[in-house]
Amino acid sequence: MAIKKFAVGCFDEEGVLFDAVKRVRKAGYKLHDVYTPFPIHGLDKVMGLRDTSIHTAGFIYAVFGTVTALSFMTWVFTSDWPLNIGGKPMFALPAWIPIMFEFTVLCSCVGMVLTFCYLCQLAPFVRKHHFHLRSTDDLFVMVIECTPKTSEAEVSTFLGTIGAKEINVQRAETGWWLGRYDREQKLLDTRTETVTVH
Amino acid sequence: MAIKDFFVIPKRYRTWSLALIGIGVLSVIVGFIFYGSGGHGTPEEIMHHKTRFWATLLHNSIYFLLITNASMFFIAVTSLAFGGWQMSFRRVPEAISAAVPVIGVIALIVLLAIALGGHHMTHIYHWTDTAAVQSDKILKGKSGFLNTTFFTVWTILAIGLWIVLGYKTRKLSREVDNGGLQTLEQRKKYIWRNTVWAAIFLVWFALTVMSTVPWLWLMSIDAHWYSTMYSWYTFASTWVAGIALIILFVVYLKNNGYLEYTNQEHLHDLGKFMFAFSVFWTYLWFSQYMLIWYANIPEETTYFKNRTQGVYSGVFWFGFMINFLAPLLILMRRGSKRNYTTITIMALVIIFGHWLDFHQMIFASVAPDHVEMNLFDFGVALGFVGTIMLVVGNVLSKYPLVSQNHPFMKESIIHHT
Repeated sequence: MAIKKFAVGCFDEEGVLFDAVKRVRKAGYKLHDVYTPFPIHGLDKVMGLRDTSIHTAGFIYAVFGTVTALSFMTWVFTSDWPLNIGGKPMFALPAWIPIMFEFTVLCSCVGMVLTFCYLCQLAPFVRKHHFHLRSTDDLFVMVIECTPKTSEAEVSTFLGTIGAKEINVQRAETGWWLGRYDREQKLLDTRTETVTVH
Repeated sequence: MAIKDFFVIPKRYRTWSLALIGIGVLSVIVGFIFYGSGGHGTPEEIMHHKTRFWATLLHNSIYFLLITNASMFFIAVTSLAFGGWQMSFRRVPEAISAAVPVIGVIALIVLLAIALGGHHMTHIYHWTDTAAVQSDKILKGKSGFLNTTFFTVWTILAIGLWIVLGYKTRKLSREVDNGGLQTLEQRKKYIWRNTVWAAIFLVWFALTVMSTVPWLWLMSIDAHWYSTMYSWYTFASTWVAGIALIILFVVYLKNNGYLEYTNQEHLHDLGKFMFAFSVFWTYLWFSQYMLIWYANIPEETTYFKNRTQGVYSGVFWFGFMINFLAPLLILMRRGSKRNYTTITIMALVIIFGHWLDFHQMIFASVAPDHVEMNLFDFGVALGFVGTIMLVVGNVLSKYPLVSQNHPFMKESIIHHT
């Protein structure tokens, strides 16, 4: 995937962050993402993100689970290996419903977890780029993608005016990547340029 | 204040409610002439007509009593859980629960008439036939519980305490309408008192609707049969229909410009309740069915034989479709729970579906040979709908629609799903 430049602004207050996100979008900058230590209600609306469709995926996995369980049990008990259990009919639907239900839930939740990992690009041995390590602790980190039209100095100044306490420009690779980073989470072929504005 | 504080009953609303009550009264009179008085025919036919008349009254009065009482259950559980999101429309379930005294008295009259009228008047409660009980080992064994004295005392106690505790809870809620609660201590004390009364109501609710009352009022129609799931099943049925009733009134008030602080977020949560408890109802439906199907013991399967294989199978499976499949598939999407039209249609479907389910629970036992549902049943049901509309409208117009001074009010205003 392509290596891109990002302007990173760090905020230490939730209220300031909300206004900042609104103003960044209004100014027309391309918002890459906002990293926060905890989920913030309403931030997705302010950022203009669409609703996730992971629940649609979950529904499809669930239907797959139900159909698989039902058809497999039907095949086993009616044609492959019919057994007389307590004089019940071969097609003993009520007895299968708990199994169908469990398999539906299993497929749905495991499928959704895997889909979630794929969408967030999480997998074993994948090194992720952290724009700021304190975004897992007490800092709200807003990342703006620099397009060819964006002036880095201008966006850095702008971040300062809307309340960012710490500003820098970083290079990072978007999408999936494997082992291109060293132990300090730095891209191997480029160095991070840091511009600090006060 | 800018917001509309009190509900002003529109003329059309009042006309409709009175007209529906008129239809109900007319249906009871016509039903009495055709069925209740016995009509013409052989002694069996006359008894069948009387049974049919009283069973219809039983079906509708119990159903509408329990779904209005579910509103008080809603208030009690949300109070006990320190819920704040429901505050912006809490006066709606409060107003619905104010219909409990009216419908409770009607139900009490019907229940006592059937139980005390005994086997000579109707063939609904087999255990009222004292001669048969003496020669019946199973009924004799149950006679400590299934007898008219206990039935009368317990029914009066159950309905009476619902009325008293509901009245107390509503009074507590209206206490803060004219200011008060200045300090934190006062607020804490107020919430604590709410919690205590909600807890008392819930204990009584557990002893009645969640256990004894469905056994006495409904399950004892099949006096030989029993199911440990039955009370929960009945409770789930009336609880989900009760939520649907709350939704209907909330949407109605919202469409007429009331309940300013209530919005899609609150509706979404109510819709979630309706969705979740439709599934819960199905869970109990299935648990009851599968155990009996699997064990296949004749004394247990009698109940389902009438319903799954007899003439009632159509009603039975249709009820299952609209009470389970429709809410599951339609209410699953987030958008449909936030859409006023969809949620209203689903609430109507659920109220009708569970009414139909109650019909099947009663009539497949008292008249297993053929389905006789006709205009009489619908007429009586509409009478109860009109009663609920009239009482709820009156109560809503008497007290402020929003409890402005409640400590949790802000939590409801900023509620976000």
